[in-house]
Amino acid sequence: MEAILIEHLTKTYKPMWPWQPASTVLSDVSLSVAKGEIFGFLGHNGAGKTTTMKILLGLLRGTSGRVEVLGEPAGDVGTHARIGYLPESPYFYDYLTAGEFLEFYGSIAGLPADVIRDRVPPLLERVGLTEARHRQLRKFSKGMLQRIGLAQTLIHDPELIILDEPMSGLDPMGRKEVRDLILSLRDQGKTVFFSTHILSDVEMICDRVGILAKGKMLALGRIEDLAGEHVAQSVEVVCDGVMGAEIDAIKRLAMRTLQRGNRCLMVLPGHDCLEEALAALRQAGGKLVSIIPHKGSLEETFIEQSLRRG
Amino acid sequence: MHCLIAVAANTFRETLRDKILYNLVFFALLLIAASVLLGTLTIGEQARIVNDLGLAAINLVAIIIAIFVGIGLVSKEIERRTIYTILARPITRGQFVLGKYLGLALIVIVNVGIMFAIFLATVWLSGHTVHGSLFQAVELIVIEALLVMGLALFFSTFSSSVLSATMAIGFYIIGHLTGDLKAIAEKNSSQGMKAVMTAFYYVCPNLETLNIKGQAAAGIPVDIGFQAMATAYGLMYAGLLLVGACLIFQRREF
Repeated sequence: MEAILIEHLTKTYKPMWPWQPASTVLSDVSLSVAKGEIFGFLGHNGAGKTTTMKILLGLLRGTSGRVEVLGEPAGDVGTHARIGYLPESPYFYDYLTAGEFLEFYGSIAGLPADVIRDRVPPLLERVGLTEARHRQLRKFSKGMLQRIGLAQTLIHDPELIILDEPMSGLDPMGRKEVRDLILSLRDQGKTVFFSTHILSDVEMICDRVGILAKGKMLALGRIEDLAGEHVAQSVEVVCDGVMGAEIDAIKRLAMRTLQRGNRCLMVLPGHDCLEEALAALRQAGGKLVSIIPHKGSLEETFIEQSLRRG
Repeated sequence: MHCLIAVAANTFRETLRDKILYNLVFFALLLIAASVLLGTLTIGEQARIVNDLGLAAINLVAIIIAIFVGIGLVSKEIERRTIYTILARPITRGQFVLGKYLGLALIVIVNVGIMFAIFLATVWLSGHTVHGSLFQAVELIVIEALLVMGLALFFSTFSSSVLSATMAIGFYIIGHLTGDLKAIAEKNSSQGMKAVMTAFYYVCPNLETLNIKGQAAAGIPVDIGFQAMATAYGLMYAGLLLVGACLIFQRREF
């Protein structure tokens, strides 16, 4: 059974007045997320990522198509006990302390009081907010709100975790911690469905991704397949001790070169001309520092797909 | 039921920590204290002035809480997007709306209780008689606040905060003038106008039914049968508004 199943989902907003056109924010979107998978949902702002997530939770209703979450139709209240959700830029109850906030979210998830009491301290520790347990949320920074938001997502130990831009508002350290948290959730057998536009995060942790633009699915699959499929590879060569005219023979082979002092960086269009470039380098008496093959990145795929789509 | 109580308890706690509530109660206490000073300036009617002003202060603050905190109950959750994480839990929309209402109802009851206790102490310390009718009046003040809270909550399920406040205040004012609406309908020669005024008369809550402050301030007890009917009327009206609010909220998209 899939954790998430979306088939031909379309969402259209009716106009307020008859003479205005209807606006379609999702058009024939289909995807599935297997249990235990980390799925990255990519797209520019306004692509329809948040709308899709809201439909999964029943906050919005699709105009047509089939949407199932954990085997039940989207919006089924009973299923919500098995789902954790973090919206984008969460804003919570100002006057509750972090501890009270988690207790409240635990209680509306149907957890008994003693279970909540046991879960709150380790959860606060997991998101790095142990010290802030008795502080009211109105005194929290944006990053701390994001962390407490993540904690409320996990208080009831859900099977499926839906995160809308979980890294936004976090510093590099915070982003790393969220990445580690998502990976640890996969290790526990959880399914994570998250949206982002920070592609490096996705490349590092996702099993599969879906790219959404203007309400349509552009690409869906494993990162290696998507990145490898669309982008030519290149090789980056760094060498020392070659300057001026000595390097001209190699420069002809490179797509671009960058000389800084004694050191030179060259980007070759592929492996084919690598041997020739290295031979020319040896002949010029240069010293090889590094060779880094560059696979097509998800970012390049994303930009290429978005441009193709217009 | 568990979820409903959790939402009610959270609403109670959140609202209780909002400083605006303390300001309102402080304002009421100032008015009660002022009633004693004003009472000393009058001859013979001192007890009535203290009772009148005290009950009016309690009523005013209860209605302000009911309208202005009431409209924020749901609309604030939507504007601040806290509703997303709440409705992503195993809680129905009806449970959420009722939980919010119950939480604020408890706030109103506790606040009116505190103000009334201080008011009674003021009456007693001023050497006046504490009439039973004062208890009857304050009970109907609470019922009126619960009804007005229902109005505020109902409007806030489908309109913005400003519009909800405007409509709730409008209905509150019309609610105290329904007798006049009926009189206008009867005297008007235009059939259309008559129909509109009659419709208004039946749709708007008759809040004057719940207003026995004048009689209570004079120490005249109200018939228990009337008291019970007025209470039932107010609660039934609030119940209908809550059902309407739940039905609208059920269909709403976020």
